[in-house]
Amino acid sequence: MKSVRPSLVKMSTKAPTGIAGFDEITGGGLPHGRTTLLVGGPGSGKTVLALQFLAHGVQHCREPGIFVAFEESSKRIVANAESFGWKLAELCRHKKLFFLDAQPLPDLIQSGDFDLGGMLAALETQAKAMGARRIVFDALDVVLALLPDLAAERREIYRLHQWLLAHELTGIITLKSGADETNSISQQPFGFMQFMVDCAVILNHCMVLGVSQRSLRVQKYRGSGFDENESPFLIGASGFEVAVAHTLSRADARVSNERITSGVNRLDTMLGGGYFRGASVLITGFSGTAKTTFCGAFAEAACRRGERTLFVCFDTNSTEVIRNLLSVGIQLDRYVKNGCLRMISARAITGSAETYLVRIKALAREHRARCVVIDPVSAWSKSGNDLSTQSVADRLIDWSKGEGTTLVCTSLLDEMSGQVEGGSQLQISALVDTWIHLNYLMQAGERNRGLSIVKSRGTAHSNQVRELILSDAGVTLADTYTAGGEVLMGTLRWEKERAERVAHEAAEVAAKLTRVRLDAEEAELNVRLKSLQTELVAKQVEKALLVRTTQSDKGELSRGRTQMKELRGADAAIPGRKLSRS
Amino acid sequence: MSRRALFKFRLYVAGDAPNSALAIANLAAFCRANLPDRHEIEIVDVFREPQRALAESIFLTPTVLVLAPPPVRRIVGTLSHSLTLLLALGLKNSDS
Repeated sequence: MKSVRPSLVKMSTKAPTGIAGFDEITGGGLPHGRTTLLVGGPGSGKTVLALQFLAHGVQHCREPGIFVAFEESSKRIVANAESFGWKLAELCRHKKLFFLDAQPLPDLIQSGDFDLGGMLAALETQAKAMGARRIVFDALDVVLALLPDLAAERREIYRLHQWLLAHELTGIITLKSGADETNSISQQPFGFMQFMVDCAVILNHCMVLGVSQRSLRVQKYRGSGFDENESPFLIGASGFEVAVAHTLSRADARVSNERITSGVNRLDTMLGGGYFRGASVLITGFSGTAKTTFCGAFAEAACRRGERTLFVCFDTNSTEVIRNLLSVGIQLDRYVKNGCLRMISARAITGSAETYLVRIKALAREHRARCVVIDPVSAWSKSGNDLSTQSVADRLIDWSKGEGTTLVCTSLLDEMSGQVEGGSQLQISALVDTWIHLNYLMQAGERNRGLSIVKSRGTAHSNQVRELILSDAGVTLADTYTAGGEVLMGTLRWEKERAERVAHEAAEVAAKLTRVRLDAEEAELNVRLKSLQTELVAKQVEKALLVRTTQSDKGELSRGRTQMKELRGADAAIPGRKLSRS
Repeated sequence: MSRRALFKFRLYVAGDAPNSALAIANLAAFCRANLPDRHEIEIVDVFREPQRALAESIFLTPTVLVLAPPPVRRIVGTLSHSLTLLLALGLKNSDS
């Protein structure tokens, strides 16, 4: 029994409002069975928030509701809220929602003190009859203003509060505040009310540099943690949408190691395999540096994989983008036709950055997009002050991270303002995972596009500037000519490369020539060697012949002398004797 | 208008809340003083008959409806200022 209790208690402590963002700020909704004070200036959206709370209660929480209208007539309220699609009239018919018109009549005559006892009695019956769990007192200040003094006002507020607590109704009391929120809010009896209630929410609507900015702040919330900062909100087509930054734990929830192609092969190589799934990619560059082309290439590649993609273009019409990208061989129209790609053109003239973020989020949700392209995100800085657009950009990245959506956004750099190396106007470059910078290089009367990767978290990436070449075949990246400390692109690169080629050829020919010459010389020497060898052999033969001839001559001589002696007969002695005598 | 016209009051009260008790006493005293023998007072307790309060849009208590003579007037409060009542009922002109 005891172990079940905590979860039960937890279940019932919050009454969800169904407002995206608001339930996150408050950790689940308004305090269940308690009173919430909603304070805001004229047109700040008090009634809308209160109605949405009731409508959500009926439609999703099985909690019928009562709306006590002190200011506007219920008919007008229902009619005004019709555009949000909550079907209030239908809910009223089914007795799930009840509007009590409690506007003080103009001909009301006042004589002395009075109280709200009658209304509470009537409401009690009504609440019992329909089993109401939620109640809204809209513009309570109207009726409080009728009360003669502060003490009476306090007494009636207290009465109302006690009544709400006794019946365990989740209540919203809305109050008007003047233009200056901080001043009027602390005035009695609203100040008193703020201390009394369990939760207080302040709505703010102001103009910043001519752009409407709405924000909401939870001032107090008894017994619950909440986001204490001002959160921008928007009243969109389906009611309130509160912009809220994801808490850290959520942003870190999904991290993927999957790589997806950037749509340009060479860029993938430079990035060591492509973008990370769920990463935020920023492409900066001056106008005309082919930022949109990279977006298009990415979108096309995503669609080819069958991933639903949302392409938001701010400065150009989407059909123009499709046509223009066709010239570099990126075909988006067929993916638009088969529904994989959704192109949205949003002119950056109207609406605050907040509006855009909320719309983009809604569209992405509706399209179930896995990849989102925003071109250019810097268009946001046109609308509203830098501070708010900055926080919008932060939240955009937070959101895409939380959803696991791969986000590619471009940022236009103003050439005139002379930003060095593309410090992006919206300082989101610090937040993104991959930052690709496109630049022009002016050389010899030519403008050439260069691409470099400024950073890419968690991936090895090339440090080289590549030349970007756009042709009907698509986007290609070429190595720049970087020898000798020079970086050359375009025609200069081509010329330099050609000159190098020619020089190389000439050197080759010269070498060939020398080889031929050497071959000839070698051959000549070989020939000479052979003839000398032949001569040598001839000489040797001659020499041998000479020796033989000399020997035979000698023998002939001595033989000849003996013969002559014999012929003369002078001495018959043996030659040996004769020789020793003479 | 005849000076003898009958005044019909319907007073909505919230139980025995101080304001309501005061209003009952004040109305009775006013009628005795200004409308002797030509008044009718109906007292409706909104706690007992909340449907009637809802139907008549009685949200502030005490409220008195002056049903007759026409037009119907609605006076809110403890009815402690008899001058306001006299003016509202046309028993006294504002300039006099």
